[in-house]
Amino acid sequence: MATMAQAIRMALHYGEENLGVTDIFGEDVGPPLGGVFTVTQGLKNAWNSPLDERGIIGAAIGLAFSGDRCVAEIQFADYIYNTIDMLKLAGNQCWASNGQWNLPMTVMTPVGSGIRGAIYHSHSFDSMMTHIPGWKIVMPSNALDAYGLMIACLKDPNPTMFLKPKALLRVKGKQQIPGEPELTREGEKALKEMIDAPLGDRTKWKPKWPAGLTDYTVPLGLARTVCEGTDLTVVSYGRTLPLCEEAANQLREQNEISAEVIDLRSLWPYDWKTLAASIRKTGRVLFVNEDTEVTNFGEHLLRRTVEDLFYELHARPRLLAGTATPGVGLADPLEAACVPQLDTILKAIREVASEQS
Amino acid sequence: MEASRLNNPIKVHELMVQARTLEERQIRMFKANEGYFWIGGPGEEAFQIPLGLQIHKGEGRDFDFLHLHYRSAGIILAMGAAQPIDFIRQMKNTASDPFSGGRNFGNHASVRKFNIVPITSTIETQFLTAIGGGIAHRRQGGKGITITTSGEAGTAEGDFASALVWSSRPKAELPMLMIVTNNGWGISTDASTQHGEKRVADRATAFGIRNRTINGLDVDESFSAISEAMAYVRTERKPFLLEVMVSRMYGHSSASGGNLAVDEADPLAIYEKKLETQGVMTRKAMDEVRERSTQEMLEIWKKVRQEPLPDPSTIYDNIFYGEKGRSW
Ligand SMILES: Cc1ncc(C[n+]2csc(CCOP(=O)(O)OP(=O)(O)O)c2C)c(N)n1
Repeated sequence: MATMAQAIRMALHYGEENLGVTDIFGEDVGPPLGGVFTVTQGLKNAWNSPLDERGIIGAAIGLAFSGDRCVAEIQFADYIYNTIDMLKLAGNQCWASNGQWNLPMTVMTPVGSGIRGAIYHSHSFDSMMTHIPGWKIVMPSNALDAYGLMIACLKDPNPTMFLKPKALLRVKGKQQIPGEPELTREGEKALKEMIDAPLGDRTKWKPKWPAGLTDYTVPLGLARTVCEGTDLTVVSYGRTLPLCEEAANQLREQNEISAEVIDLRSLWPYDWKTLAASIRKTGRVLFVNEDTEVTNFGEHLLRRTVEDLFYELHARPRLLAGTATPGVGLADPLEAACVPQLDTILKAIREVASEQS
Repeated sequence: MEASRLNNPIKVHELMVQARTLEERQIRMFKANEGYFWIGGPGEEAFQIPLGLQIHKGEGRDFDFLHLHYRSAGIILAMGAAQPIDFIRQMKNTASDPFSGGRNFGNHASVRKFNIVPITSTIETQFLTAIGGGIAHRRQGGKGITITTSGEAGTAEGDFASALVWSSRPKAELPMLMIVTNNGWGISTDASTQHGEKRVADRATAFGIRNRTINGLDVDESFSAISEAMAYVRTERKPFLLEVMVSRMYGHSSASGGNLAVDEADPLAIYEKKLETQGVMTRKAMDEVRERSTQEMLEIWKKVRQEPLPDPSTIYDNIFYGEKGRSW
């Protein structure tokens, strides 16, 4: 019953031991803190960098040029913006050298709302990031996928961006990660005692990693059909995915709507095959994410839907996304109004499912 | 001393001439509409050749890594990491351009076999990527170091300060040779109007980083200063900031015309005068070297002109390593 944070931590540990990860670094990533969301606690190659985001991405690129494999963290995606040209640089080095150089590096950063993070701890980054070719980009919605996607990133020879939905980092997984203790209360407690740093003095603390961790991999570019349905397709990822799943369950239980929910997981490359097959089947689609709605990645998926599947649609394809406001407001009603919630998702699903052409 | 063995005046002269005539050919290509943007290093040869000759060259972490500025052809030629035809091909953006396959500007080299990472137009980002090279070299130990170069205007970017901070962290110093070629200009902006510090090199002092400013118009001064700085970085595994005063003989780039700036010093002329005075080479012999090299560049150009441009169907190739075509 690892949380997403623990799952990522275990994947990074597996990477250090088996996949040649030499450096895991960023602001407060090393001891004593092990990351502001505890994702890097106890990792042997984790270290604290200067408070310098451009330096962090530059160092990652340089390490990758040198043939080392690193994971660099930007503490919050809100602070990744001053590195955009470094991300662009990382993304174009293979293309610019016509295939000579590759950069085996992973950048991870917490994204999105859900922790009352106000204007500078709530940004999404999926739309910006998908504007930067040359990266593979993932965003998990549960602990098991977080583990498997991280392993996939660590095996890839290209720059990979691992977006961590911060609202889900403390959510416990419902599926067992191969090697983690039993999904019972005792198992959960055991894992915590093994790999969570104690409060207070940690100078003598060492984690005890579960012995049987594997290279369980979620291949990049593969979506997951969360639940099957016939009335419409709902495509989401990250924080809004569990909300879409819950909405679909409610509507199914009420015998109202049968929604097929797809977790995109990889934003680039993305699994158009799975999406197209589902949209063809249902004839209706709703894309849901919480990034600002203008020039949103979901708009690209809408374009693809319109261009490839227009004559197979029974209703206008729709996007439910965050408001085009300069930030996510702090007060409860403001945050709720800025990004999709269960009620707005339910409403959007009903609209798309009931529209008559 | 290795430096004195490498500092063979006849060889250095030949390489300086090669670097100069290569740039002259590229400028002519621009003017004849046989190439697009030109930017390069005429005026820096007396520093570039001594640097290139002293690189511990090879592929991988046991050797030096180079994160270079866009005026660096002379360094690369002196290393023997690329030939003039490679640069002419990139200037002509032919499919045969080995650095970028016709995708990037001239003098934006990339040679993986010699640890020369792709030269990028983005000012000063090489001081950031060099940090990672330094970290890898620190861990590796041995002789290899990370070398990065930039102009002086670019040192106003935070990236320059980043390199100073990251390379001098206590107990985590990085074996980085940071070089600033100071030509006194950032495109049209006079350095004296933007820099309150007396010397760019002084900025390293606050970090305890050894530093020095040298006359990069003088081959022998460059040779020994680079040799000393390199020996320190290689053995102490600590950073060094070297500021090299150079000239900018053809203006910033083709955007300002690519014309000879008569008031800029010519390090090749200075060196030739020295060789002549010391009786190392005669004027006639030096003129012959120049004529031969100029002719060689012309022949290369004639050959490259016939070569095909890249096939547009390759545009999606190598976005990801080893992957061809559009994947989505
Ligand atoms: C980040 C960035 N900003 C601006 C430019 C445009 N630009 C190209 S060269 C240059 C001046 C650079 O001057 P300096 O660092 O002294 O190097 P020099 O060209 O004189 O060798 C500028 C502003 C750029 N290429 N990259």
